[in-house]
Amino acid sequence: MRLSRLKEKAMQGVFFLTAITSIAAVVTICIFLFYNGVPAMAEIGFFDFLGGQDWSPKNVPASYGIFDMIVGSVYVTADALVIGVPIGILTSIFLARFCPAPLYKILKPATELLAGIPSIVYGFFGLMVIVPLVRNNFGGNGSSLLSASIVLGIMILPTIIGVSESALRAVPESYYEGALALGATKERSIFKTILPAAKSGVLAGVVLGIGRAIGETMAVVLIAGNQVQIPSSLTDGVRTLTANIVLEMGYSTGLHREALIATGVVLFVFILLITLSMQAIKSRGEKNG
Amino acid sequence: MDKFSIENMDLYYGNFQALKNINLHMQENKITAFIGPSGCGKSTLLKSLNRMNDLVEGCKITGDIRLDGEDIYGDMDINILRKRVGMVFQKANPFPMSVYDNIAFGPRTHGVKSKRKLDEIVEESLRAAAIWDELKDRLKKSALGLSGGQQQRLCIARALAVKPEVLLMDEATSALDPISTGKIEELCLKLKNEYTIIMVTHNMQQALRIADNTAFFLLGEMVEYGDTDSVFSSPKDKRTEEYITGRFG
Repeated sequence: MRLSRLKEKAMQGVFFLTAITSIAAVVTICIFLFYNGVPAMAEIGFFDFLGGQDWSPKNVPASYGIFDMIVGSVYVTADALVIGVPIGILTSIFLARFCPAPLYKILKPATELLAGIPSIVYGFFGLMVIVPLVRNNFGGNGSSLLSASIVLGIMILPTIIGVSESALRAVPESYYEGALALGATKERSIFKTILPAAKSGVLAGVVLGIGRAIGETMAVVLIAGNQVQIPSSLTDGVRTLTANIVLEMGYSTGLHREALIATGVVLFVFILLITLSMQAIKSRGEKNG
Repeated sequence: MDKFSIENMDLYYGNFQALKNINLHMQENKITAFIGPSGCGKSTLLKSLNRMNDLVEGCKITGDIRLDGEDIYGDMDINILRKRVGMVFQKANPFPMSVYDNIAFGPRTHGVKSKRKLDEIVEESLRAAAIWDELKDRLKKSALGLSGGQQQRLCIARALAVKPEVLLMDEATSALDPISTGKIEELCLKLKNEYTIIMVTHNMQQALRIADNTAFFLLGEMVEYGDTDSVFSSPKDKRTEEYITGRFG
């Protein structure tokens, strides 16, 4: 009796330890980022850092304005959504409601495979296929906002498809039957009852996709051009926050290095906002049943 | 006059024959009840009348089902059929949207766009389902917040909003309390002046209370069909008598 109680206590401890590991990781990352990044921000000047349009760490005096990169990240992510969201949602509807079983057995693993491809491979694909395609059809040198958005749009597909499909499958069949029984076509029943009922789940998929797109580094660095500028057209090059860190981290020192970590802080805050909005969507979805 | 006529109908789920040689004529502006123990095929038959069985994989129907003389498994457009033959399900299934949008869903589906016309239909349908007074101040609220009985009457109103000719009710009161059940029965008696009602019920008292005609099913066969009083007071078949006197089922 006493032994089994002891065992139970011990196991409880093990579970607690494993649970706390991930929390510890988050907290450590948080402390590291803010400890190194915030003083740099203060030294550069909060508004000069976030709002400054001049990033020249090698100048004397150096200036560290990341506004162009913030805009770059937002642009790349937004355009990736323009490509990825419609395709992703329509694909998930197809998989959940229209796909014949034999085809499903091929399509579903294919979309999952998409998630497993390393991002550097996406980058290569972008460099070899998308960049020349953009160069030949839209002009410019090809390494551009458009190329990065197309590749990112493809990269976020599996996230959006996976989450939306399970949300669509969770909708009670009775909604669908109810709509059919009123004389609605299959398409109308799906788009007017099932899709709205799955709305919060689908949105959650999109938000996860945003997180993936804004944090993506390797693929973007290879194909976005990386010029520090606010692109005036889709064929202009663009540098994202992530690209800025990975390009310069290797050789940076002193304040330059800390400014890059501060760039990481900005990225972290973005992800934090995305996670929070995700929680809000979830709890709203639960409230609406 | 016959609204629905079923002749020599067989229904299979894969290799299993769920309905055997059904011949049945249902009259306009009457309430017809299907009774029988679970698994006797009564719900299956009901779902054949608006072709909801089409959703079941491997379901095959032979024979003839006619609505006003027109073969519903022939050239008739399935969405038109379902507009003409409305259905209320066993479990109330309001859509997760407002009361108003629930009722307006059907008319919008069939092309009604004018806000005024929709307002009219919503009020008319809710009144017809005797739930207008309860819901008129909650039209913009989510239908999921209503009580079970209100939800079911909302579903009846939703079915009425597309102006059907026939209303199929699949054990529509089995999940409700006696008071809500009473309200829906009362409603059926009122509605039969304008609609043909065909209902499946587990509750023999309910059939006796409101149905004009009753059909008794057993193991996929229709054992007996006639006006409710004679089916209950002087059943011709021994199996019917045993069922209604409670010896099985």
